[in-house]
Amino acid sequence: MRKRTIYSAKIRETEVTDKAVFRQRRSFIKQAAALGLTGSIAGGVSQAQAGTPLQGPIIKSPYSIDEEQTLKETATTYNNFYELGLNKGDPAKNQNWLKTEPWTVQVDGECSKPGTFNLEDILKPHAIEERIYRHRCVEAWSMVVPWNGFALGDLLKRFEPNGNAKYVAFTTLYDPDRLEGQRSRVLEWPYVEGLRIDEAMHPLAMIATGMYGEEIPAQNGAPMRLIVPWKYGFKGIKSIVKITFTEEQPPTSWNLSAPHEYGFFSNVNPQVNHPRWSQARERKLTGEAAGGLSALFTAKVDTLMFNGYADEVGSLYSDMDLAKYF
Amino acid sequence: MKPGWWIKPAVFTASLIPLCAVIWSVVNGTAGPNPIEAIEKQTGEWSLRFVLLSLAMTPMAQLFKSIWPIKLRRMVGLFAFFYVVVHLLAYVVLDQSMNLTYIFEDILKRPFITAGFVAFLIMVPLTVTSNKYMMNKLGKRWKVLHRTAYLVGVAGVLHYVWLAKGDQLEPLVYLAVLLVLLGYRMTGLIKGR
Repeated sequence: MRKRTIYSAKIRETEVTDKAVFRQRRSFIKQAAALGLTGSIAGGVSQAQAGTPLQGPIIKSPYSIDEEQTLKETATTYNNFYELGLNKGDPAKNQNWLKTEPWTVQVDGECSKPGTFNLEDILKPHAIEERIYRHRCVEAWSMVVPWNGFALGDLLKRFEPNGNAKYVAFTTLYDPDRLEGQRSRVLEWPYVEGLRIDEAMHPLAMIATGMYGEEIPAQNGAPMRLIVPWKYGFKGIKSIVKITFTEEQPPTSWNLSAPHEYGFFSNVNPQVNHPRWSQARERKLTGEAAGGLSALFTAKVDTLMFNGYADEVGSLYSDMDLAKYF
Repeated sequence: MKPGWWIKPAVFTASLIPLCAVIWSVVNGTAGPNPIEAIEKQTGEWSLRFVLLSLAMTPMAQLFKSIWPIKLRRMVGLFAFFYVVVHLLAYVVLDQSMNLTYIFEDILKRPFITAGFVAFLIMVPLTVTSNKYMMNKLGKRWKVLHRTAYLVGVAGVLHYVWLAKGDQLEPLVYLAVLLVLLGYRMTGLIKGR
């Protein structure tokens, strides 16, 4: 108990610490990691722990699930973010490739209030929530992650989409000079994703600016990313710089790369297998301390329809053939 | 002692290093949060490397005019089988928790698993007949049987190419090596080598 008191006292202290000091500390730790001061084995872990706590109150969301959370070290060192490298451990190692300051988001298309906005202005009106969501990758692994952010719909409404806005498209930062992964031809760059407008306005769809009560790190899509918990993880586009309201269904990166394998909707569906592998079950990555061997002997679990969010989102697709519109 | 007496024990020891590296990475945590995937990837890749290396032994003997690659060929081939057994055990025991329904479904329905399983099946008779006794007993047929090692290479590379998502560079490198080896042997056969 005593230890906990000290810990909360520490948090109070950081709340009054100037943001510039945080940034300094953070870049110092990053530089130390880059210089190899932290050692190669501990490197990933210490980078993952170098998070900046979010400021201000965090509201607990009723949408949170009550399941064992994935360790922060796991969720921040096992990532698919090809812009920062192709292997799962690469994005955490290469997080300094992503420059998030300054950051602007361009909003255009079928809406009354388009424009280019500083990140601060995008985020300012929104109270930050904690939403503990299941996260299911198309590669058949999953995590349980406490995201921090707000409903996507609340953001989109501010730009007053008009009657022609049937879809909303998102674009990731394109910066091949720094994001070395964008020099590889594994996907077309920049990464693009999209949702039907009713999906985007669904209260479960969110913009995450943090996770585990800290600012979202580069490898997880800093400074703002999409989270759509009933869809495969690749729909949750990272490091968003552009939002476009469209009348036509927008192109999406994995669908462009392999249309027969990755559909526009990509809802989690245990009955519709990937052409090459099963989606019926998933390996749940909860994480454990290094050297723990229980992960070796934990069986896969059944994948749930819409990743367990069928009650909330099933009505969006009630008259659709989900095997055709996969 | 005969010259070169140390070569076989050295190759044997070196061939066990990847196994030790895999075990060590799991125990110290560098295998990452999904150690089963890491074990499968590492043992699978090493099996494929040993398969391709065993196929390269005869060409190497011809190119370098040395008998040593031929002397080491069997050991290299047996390590290919050793790593594929570890790979298969990791899949059956750790990945699928010995659930035969899921395993058979995978073998029948997922082409990449079918290909991998076919590669394993072809390797079984090659391993069983790798000793002197079977070599003598089979005579000329032994050579024909052991040419199916090329089919192991083809099935193994297909297994890898078909499972990869997104980045196909690594599996395609193995494919390129296989094609070079096949091409070399084909021209050799045509010339009657």
